[in-house]
Amino acid sequence: MRKVSFKAAAAGLCLALSLTAGCHGSRHQESFVIPEEFDTSKSYEITFWAKNDTNKRQVAIYNEAVEAFNRLYPNITVNIRLYTDYAAIYNDVITNISTNTTPNVCITYPDHIATYMTGRNVMVPLDDLFTNPKYGLGGSELKFDSPALSEMVPRFLEECILDGKHYAIPFMRSTEALYINKTLLDNMGVEIPEQVTWDFVWETSEKALEKNEDGTYKVNGQNVLIPFIYKSTDNMMITQLKQLNAGYSDDSGNILIFNDTTTKLLEEIAKHGKSKAFSTFKISSYPGNFLNANQCIFAIDSTAGATWMGSAAPLHDISADQMRDFETEVKMIPQFDQNAPKMISQGPSICLFNAEDPGEVMASWIFAQFLLTNEVQIAYSQTEGYVPVTLKAQNSEEYLDYISRMGEDDTTHYEVKIKAAKLLLGNADNTFITPVFNGSASLREAAGALIENTVKGMRRGGTFNSDFVNRMYKDVNALYRLDQIKTINGAEPTELGELPALSVLLLSGLGAAWIVIAAVFVRQCLKKHKADE
Amino acid sequence: MKKTLSMILAAVLVLSLAACGSKNAVPEDGMTYAEYAAAAIESEVTVYTYFQAAQSWWEKDGQGVATIYTQDKDGGYFLYECKVSEDDYKKLVPGTMIRVTGYKAEWAGEVEISDCSLQIYDTKNTYVAKAEDITSIYGTDALIEKQNKFITVKGLTVEAPATYKWDGSGTQGDDLYLKVNLNGTVYTMVVESYLCDKNSDTYKAVEALKAGDKIDIEGFLYWYNGAQPHITKVIAK
Repeated sequence: MRKVSFKAAAAGLCLALSLTAGCHGSRHQESFVIPEEFDTSKSYEITFWAKNDTNKRQVAIYNEAVEAFNRLYPNITVNIRLYTDYAAIYNDVITNISTNTTPNVCITYPDHIATYMTGRNVMVPLDDLFTNPKYGLGGSELKFDSPALSEMVPRFLEECILDGKHYAIPFMRSTEALYINKTLLDNMGVEIPEQVTWDFVWETSEKALEKNEDGTYKVNGQNVLIPFIYKSTDNMMITQLKQLNAGYSDDSGNILIFNDTTTKLLEEIAKHGKSKAFSTFKISSYPGNFLNANQCIFAIDSTAGATWMGSAAPLHDISADQMRDFETEVKMIPQFDQNAPKMISQGPSICLFNAEDPGEVMASWIFAQFLLTNEVQIAYSQTEGYVPVTLKAQNSEEYLDYISRMGEDDTTHYEVKIKAAKLLLGNADNTFITPVFNGSASLREAAGALIENTVKGMRRGGTFNSDFVNRMYKDVNALYRLDQIKTINGAEPTELGELPALSVLLLSGLGAAWIVIAAVFVRQCLKKHKADE
Repeated sequence: MKKTLSMILAAVLVLSLAACGSKNAVPEDGMTYAEYAAAAIESEVTVYTYFQAAQSWWEKDGQGVATIYTQDKDGGYFLYECKVSEDDYKKLVPGTMIRVTGYKAEWAGEVEISDCSLQIYDTKNTYVAKAEDITSIYGTDALIEKQNKFITVKGLTVEAPATYKWDGSGTQGDDLYLKVNLNGTVYTMVVESYLCDKNSDTYKAVEALKAGDKIDIEGFLYWYNGAQPHITKVIAK
């Protein structure tokens, strides 16, 4: 599973970096203008590139949504292509931009849209569509009950603003949660505080490493224990910096991550990487698998991965004999400042790609809105610890009933999943996102690489000192081309810049040659004319 | 004269034998499989081994990498995203002797060499592993000893048609997951799409399997929270 995502991510990065050199190969499109009417007698075929979490139910919901939409709009055929990896979508979109073969509607991350926007009029700004009285959010001519603009969760909608305009609509939102094996903590005689701090997690993780004489761990009696595993080290670094109000980047794309706070955070992480109290998904595997086997106490993963967490988890990919019975506690991720909790906001958004036919864009927009209906929002949110992005869905009787039935069963109302969703519902105001600019996706990967490299380095006997840090900063900076991001971002995407001197010389030569040819031609014509006279 | 000739011939014979002997020995800077197996996770390792098969070559961070299955007469190695130039990758054929340096790692139970690089060491000294029949120890603790080796498991019964991705949420071209029954226990085996893609005979053969089909399989004994062979061949019975 990891193989695909790493490969796609890396290919995407390479492609993104090549794309940022300018969309010289892409065909230019006219900007989208909203037509007066949407012609329902004309047939449209649109493509929708969707992302699911390797979850059959999510796939079924997408397919059901497409079918339901087609019953309302028989003139619009939606061809769906499924991905389980954002990076793979990103990779394919970038490949297809230059040939104008992008999908019409695409699940995406705002970081990715920033790169797509380097092509002229590739993306459709949505602000005018939102407020269009006929076909906008809650529009009068829509054949379904679309949420009004005021019924969108404002914070989630704000996350889709790039360069002052909305280039996406949120589809689902999640955050990260701390999944705790409470039974193991009970074995240690440790109580979980109301709000968990980083100090608590580090100290408890170190304490858990105590062993019996036979070499097994006291806390679980097994040979394997990784007390603390973080799934997304990108998020870990970003969140820790945010919690400490330290530099990461700014809206202009200035890279601020290489600072003293980052070094201090890495120094702490290094200690626990060395002792093996801490590891990561990339180094060891999925936190949920260790948690469920009683081999992990603190697992940080997305709330959208909640169905994989806990001894009664409806989804798991370790064998039944490896699963253990334990009590799972779901908490907000650790904090530095308990009075100002901060957690990342993440989850899929939907963007629209431009097309030559404005009617096709309208068909795409109407379908995208259909994904915001209660029917789709509530069904999809129930597949994982996701939260609907509309107040209309969040406040609906159906959704409130779903939330209230937490723990009734280990499927739809699986306790851990609903606890995870409630965590975000109760903390939407404590969420944050990072600035989005062309290159922000690379910076995000670099943030994770700092942690991965530190932990690997320490596990391999390295020493955390200024040499180690300086060398790593230099390597990461070079590998993710962070020093080029500002330059890239500073360039106007639609301008190709000054021509190189050699090109100027060649073009001048060509021009001069044409002038000479024209002069000779005119001279010969004149001569002939004179001779005829 | 005869005596001198005999001496020379004897010396040549001794040298030849010595040379032959050294051909199969591990070069001085390399570890034997036993030394590798005994090395701690995260320790730096250098092994001389023989290329058997690979998942596709691709570029990661501007560097060519490939995930490779290798083996020597004592054991198998899994090289995760091993650095190799495209030119060298194209030269790799089953049996090619390579030198690998990297770090021993463990991911979800799979012991592998990560952050590694390889050089082609000897194209004449080759070793192509024969599939080792591990049917009798499948599902036992002894199976771990065979991790990463080229193996065969015989007398399997297909439990259900293979699924695209582990839960059937994928589409053609994704990894194929096949549940098979051996002596009453159900095991999962995989057609890793980067090793045998959707156009390969193996992928197509597994796609076509029905519940109740009797098969033998060949493949590499990969591990993901337990044995999960990467199938390279299916033999219908």
